Amino acid sequence: MKKLVTGILSITAVGALALTGCGKSGSPTDSADGGTEAPEYTVASDVKLDGSPTMKRIEQNGKIKIGMAMDSPGLSYKGTTDKEPKGYNVEVAKIAAASLGLGPDKIEYVDTSTPNREPFLQNGQVDMVVSSYTINDERKKVIDFAGPYYNAGQDLLIKDDDDSIKSKGDLAGKTVCSTAGSTPAQNIKANFKETKLVTYDNGSKCLSDLQSGNVDAYTTDDIVLRGYAAANEGLKVVGDPFTEEPYGVGLPKGDKEMREAVNDGLEKGGESGNGDMKKAWSYVFKTEDGYQDPKVDRY
Amino acid sequence: MSLSQLIVNFGHGILGTLQIFVLTLILSLILGAFLAVLRVSPVPIFRFIGGLYVNIIRNTPGVLILFFCAFGLPYLAVRFSSDPGVNSYFYAVLALSLYTAGFICEVFRSGISTVPLGQSEAARAIGLRFGQSLRFIILPQAIRTVIPPLASVIITMLKSTSITSAFNNQEIIFAMQNAIEKRGDIVVPILIGTAAVYIVLNFLLGRAFKLIEKKAVILR
Repeated sequence: MKKLVTGILSITAVGALALTGCGKSGSPTDSADGGTEAPEYTVASDVKLDGSPTMKRIEQNGKIKIGMAMDSPGLSYKGTTDKEPKGYNVEVAKIAAASLGLGPDKIEYVDTSTPNREPFLQNGQVDMVVSSYTINDERKKVIDFAGPYYNAGQDLLIKDDDDSIKSKGDLAGKTVCSTAGSTPAQNIKANFKETKLVTYDNGSKCLSDLQSGNVDAYTTDDIVLRGYAAANEGLKVVGDPFTEEPYGVGLPKGDKEMREAVNDGLEKGGESGNGDMKKAWSYVFKTEDGYQDPKVDRY
Repeated sequence: MSLSQLIVNFGHGILGTLQIFVLTLILSLILGAFLAVLRVSPVPIFRFIGGLYVNIIRNTPGVLILFFCAFGLPYLAVRFSSDPGVNSYFYAVLALSLYTAGFICEVFRSGISTVPLGQSEAARAIGLRFGQSLRFIILPQAIRTVIPPLASVIITMLKSTSITSAFNNQEIIFAMQNAIEKRGDIVVPILIGTAAVYIVLNFLLGRAFKLIEKKAVILR
């Protein structure tokens, strides 16, 4: 009986470890709120979007609802005690809102995930989505994209002391983790036949599997991995992206006026403009390395 | 993802779900029956163990048991295979079996208690031991009465396989996530289609139980 009790206790302890390990691994460093002040962006004052139904709705609500994931350190992450999410996507959202004449106090952040982004934009539950949202033709059928403001690519997060993976060519015989259903996961499954794929419902589980050595690498967009690498000791990004994932600002379909306004805002934030985008990048990542100027596609 | 690719994608998903379902069904029925025997056993310690199991497992969320299996067992160096996919499959089957067995045990036990006490007394009177009276007298009658509630538990189990996609299993929800990522333009149809797949599978399962019920049921 005593043995049974100790057995149960040890299993419980291990399970608790696994659980807390998962929670912890997702948390970001304090880099985004320590030291420098959050940059403030010039809020446009002369915005006239009379023909924009989205803008009309925003004015009625008195605020803009911006959808984003809240679980990606460095991009958009909201801890349990945080009031607002933090990260590069959040800053881009602020710049986009500012270009519509809306200050940060007029933004309401809505937690969205892959399956509900398009429906939320279609039925008006959000006015905008800024969430590592890759522009593609299927999505363009039902929503519109401003941007791209960043061109991400699939990369690999590995342990610091791992010299066996230097590019995607070294993945044969390796075990790689990614989020179930994500484009990087589907890419591995379809095009890397000799690589074993492990999929979970969120990145934190992949991270703990990488740290415990269950998998050799965690693969997803490089900018996401950089966030994890910055927030966790002993991990590095391979730094040889092998796909192209242009991130856009998701907008309701057909609202060309609003799309043009957001595009203008993104372009104005570029280096030839007022440099807000770069300010945002250095504020979030504490370095100018890796910054990309938005290359807006006005389709 | 074209329509044919979508169908292939969901076909793989259905296959994955059925693989988890079939083995879980077999294991949970065996374990559930064994636990039910423990719970009606004349030996107090067996009854206690059966009761303890049911009270712990039935009062814990299934997803937590999956967590224990998928992330706790590797810490204890319990592995079923060097292939992570196969490993995760057995973790999922183990967790779902342990979970479902707690409910199946109670269904069986309720069936056993519907058999009038006179039956087991008569069995004892003609010299059958506990095990024999269970096997030849009690369980054959009990099983017939438990088929409808058992069907509900099994259908719930089939639906519970959907949480295993969060733990490296490629089943219907996994297929749905693949489809949504590639086809942002038809998210709602994909969701409805996924629901339809589960409804069809569970409907067929319900029909199967109906057939078994017709063959086996006795009216008292």
